[in-house]
Amino acid sequence: MNSAPNLLDVRGVCKQFPGVKALDGVDLQVRKGEIHALLGENGAGKSTLLKILSGALRADRGEAVLDGETLAPNETPRERQRAGLVTIYQEFNLLPFLSIAENLYLGREPVRRGFIDWATMYDDSRALLESLGLSADPRREVRHLSVAHQQMVEIGRAVAQKAKLIVMDEPTAALGRREVQILHAVIAELKTRGVSFIYVTHRLDEVKMACDSFTVLRDGRYVARGEVGSVETSDLVRLMVGRDVEFSKRARNARAGETVLAVNGVSRACDLSGRHAIALNDLSVEVKAGEILGFAGLVGAGRTELARIIFGADHCDRGVMYLNGSELRPLRSPKDAIRAGIALVPEDRKQQGCFLEQSISQNITLPSLKRIARWRIFVDEMQERQLVEKYRTALRIKMASSAVAVGTLSGGNQQKVLLARCMALQPKVLIVDEPTRGIDVGAKAEVHQLLCEMAQSGMALIVITSEMPEVLALSDRIAVFREGCISGVLDGREATENNLMELMAISSAAALKRSAAL
Amino acid sequence: MKDPTVPEQGTASRRFDAVAWLRRYGTSLFLCALIVFFALENSRFLSLRNVTNILTEVSIYGIIAVGMTFVILTAGVDLAVGSLLAFAGMSGAFVMKALGMDSPSGWIVALAAATAVGTLVGYLQGKAVTFFSVPPFIVTLGGMTVWRGATLILNDGSPISGFDASYRWWGTGSIAGIPVPIVLFGLIAAVGLVTERYTRYGRYVYAVGGNPEAARLNGLDVPAIITSVYVIIGALSGLAGFLLSARLGAAEAVGGIGYELRVIASVVIGGTSLAGGRGGIGGTIVGALLIGVLTNGLVIMHVSSYWQQVVIGLIIVAAVAFDTYAKSHR
Repeated sequence: MNSAPNLLDVRGVCKQFPGVKALDGVDLQVRKGEIHALLGENGAGKSTLLKILSGALRADRGEAVLDGETLAPNETPRERQRAGLVTIYQEFNLLPFLSIAENLYLGREPVRRGFIDWATMYDDSRALLESLGLSADPRREVRHLSVAHQQMVEIGRAVAQKAKLIVMDEPTAALGRREVQILHAVIAELKTRGVSFIYVTHRLDEVKMACDSFTVLRDGRYVARGEVGSVETSDLVRLMVGRDVEFSKRARNARAGETVLAVNGVSRACDLSGRHAIALNDLSVEVKAGEILGFAGLVGAGRTELARIIFGADHCDRGVMYLNGSELRPLRSPKDAIRAGIALVPEDRKQQGCFLEQSISQNITLPSLKRIARWRIFVDEMQERQLVEKYRTALRIKMASSAVAVGTLSGGNQQKVLLARCMALQPKVLIVDEPTRGIDVGAKAEVHQLLCEMAQSGMALIVITSEMPEVLALSDRIAVFREGCISGVLDGREATENNLMELMAISSAAALKRSAAL
Repeated sequence: MKDPTVPEQGTASRRFDAVAWLRRYGTSLFLCALIVFFALENSRFLSLRNVTNILTEVSIYGIIAVGMTFVILTAGVDLAVGSLLAFAGMSGAFVMKALGMDSPSGWIVALAAATAVGTLVGYLQGKAVTFFSVPPFIVTLGGMTVWRGATLILNDGSPISGFDASYRWWGTGSIAGIPVPIVLFGLIAAVGLVTERYTRYGRYVYAVGGNPEAARLNGLDVPAIITSVYVIIGALSGLAGFLLSARLGAAEAVGGIGYELRVIASVVIGGTSLAGGRGGIGGTIVGALLIGVLTNGLVIMHVSSYWQQVVIGLIIVAAVAFDTYAKSHR
């Protein structure tokens, strides 16, 4: 190990959310002038740790020292930035209608006699941008810049703040190959000036290319740290996915029945407004009764997009769907889908799933009210109670009373409420997007058990998940998505992390094609 | 710092929570305190005549407030209710005039016309909100001046009066000793309460206001539900316009000016969240009574109408401030 002093020294950070231990005694050390990769699967606790570092969240326990100074736990993001720790989030914090210069010096504008000194600000901005290899007029409004250039402005802002440590969350998620190279060059240049980086990414090849050392988190715990030069990519994968609690492979005989849902040739061009950022190319899948079909792939590979099209929540340009052998008229809305017998548990529980202020029973019965209404108008409270009770028992939802607001439940129980809501519809096809995101290990196992029981009862399930052990444990078959295409369908028994990873990973050819298109 | 997006566990302690209790019953408590205070100040306050007066006054905007509760539950707002009230009332009176003021059942036509105009205008405004995605604040801000202007155009700015007794009965008559507007308000509030608590439609309104995206993904026709609440408040504004003209004996172009504030204040003081999805008509009724009692009490105490406005404004802000405080300290 290098003997350079630690710029950042984080020890024993813990953070508890209701129902989930997000961080449990995490350590993180970053030396002066190095690029440190922070690795881990979704839900490993990276985002929580970043938020604690940036001051957006407060840790329950643990301490952090930056450049010899202990960081007070109650500091605001602004105070952290003054201390030299700047975080650049995936979705940038730029003001789109202000100029580059105004963004660079926001809150620290050069002032002369009480007024903003525009000349100095523009000159300084130009010099700063040039030092980052970006030649742009500092008067331009930020919204006109490309994503890559906006990122440069973010970095420029950090430099202007004399940042000692820049934290970057998935900086290359939206960049083409060429832009990634430019970014890495800029980072390397800043490194020689003594700036350190924490670099969060899912792309392990970039870790090898750009980073010096790494820390791996798993399930909210510190797993390992080391020098990038002394490990292979496969070691990193093993550190990230290997876990104490292996999900047990489902011990059930898949008695897959008839094909329930068949999707044929779904395509959609990406649109420039950015609402549909990725193009979908000729996607075809089918799922049988009693079967769990896993959708694997990286975030943004087209899994959720296809699910939303199947559910009628989004539209596609081309493609046909068959339910129980007969063609579905194009679904124009989720209403049509629910009527046809398709249900969806969306990926974002809080934004798309729950009515947090409403009671558990209202959340469960909302789409089923038609069936339990008297004269189609009044809610039959007796039937409603029975319905809630039936699925509360079936899904083992822990609650004080069904009148309690859903917002007060733990993540795992909220997820069960959403599953209960879909089950109460008695769908033929159930699509579950990220069934265990943000819920703890015990609740995960329970949700898995429930999904298996549903399949056992003859429902056709599609499960979308970013966690490889989960997709391996649950699926009878796995459709692997890559860049808007299905790169392969694996039998659940033959699938391993290796052959999944191979199908999921962005091939360099595809990446080249993408950067050429940009 | 606590993450505000992660609420507390449901199995919180069961001990008495003063803040939560006040949040729930504070407005009612304040209303009672006001009544006691005014009654002690002036013995006439609790006289039958004065109480009837207060309630009749409250009824007219209270009817609209029932509709406004639904609108605000969907996270919308309707600023046009005062103008629409005048326009619908004037339309009814205009039809009445055309039929001849002494036509025996002219009031039926006038009532129908006023309600129909209100319903139609509500539908148009609802469609503007949903189909053209114009924020409700803007649509109804426009509506506020459009319908006021239309009222002035309709009869060249002059009032229409001289209704016959059967027309005026709706504003001044009584059923079993209770003034007609109060009876109607009671009926409409009751229907509103039942709708809110016991019907599918009520559930849908809460769902759309609480989380429109989730509502859509649960198969609800969100635009139709949003349009419908503007239709409801339009119809109720039309009815209120008819009642006010019957009570005053004239449909005036300046009728209902400032009603939108009183109506919105009733809903907000009653605890319905402007963010949608939380609150209800029960609170609105208390809020409407509170404003009625306060206005009337201040008049009886000879406080100038200028000061009344100051007091009511302060109470609106205080009510919401307390609600926000209570929410962040639960």
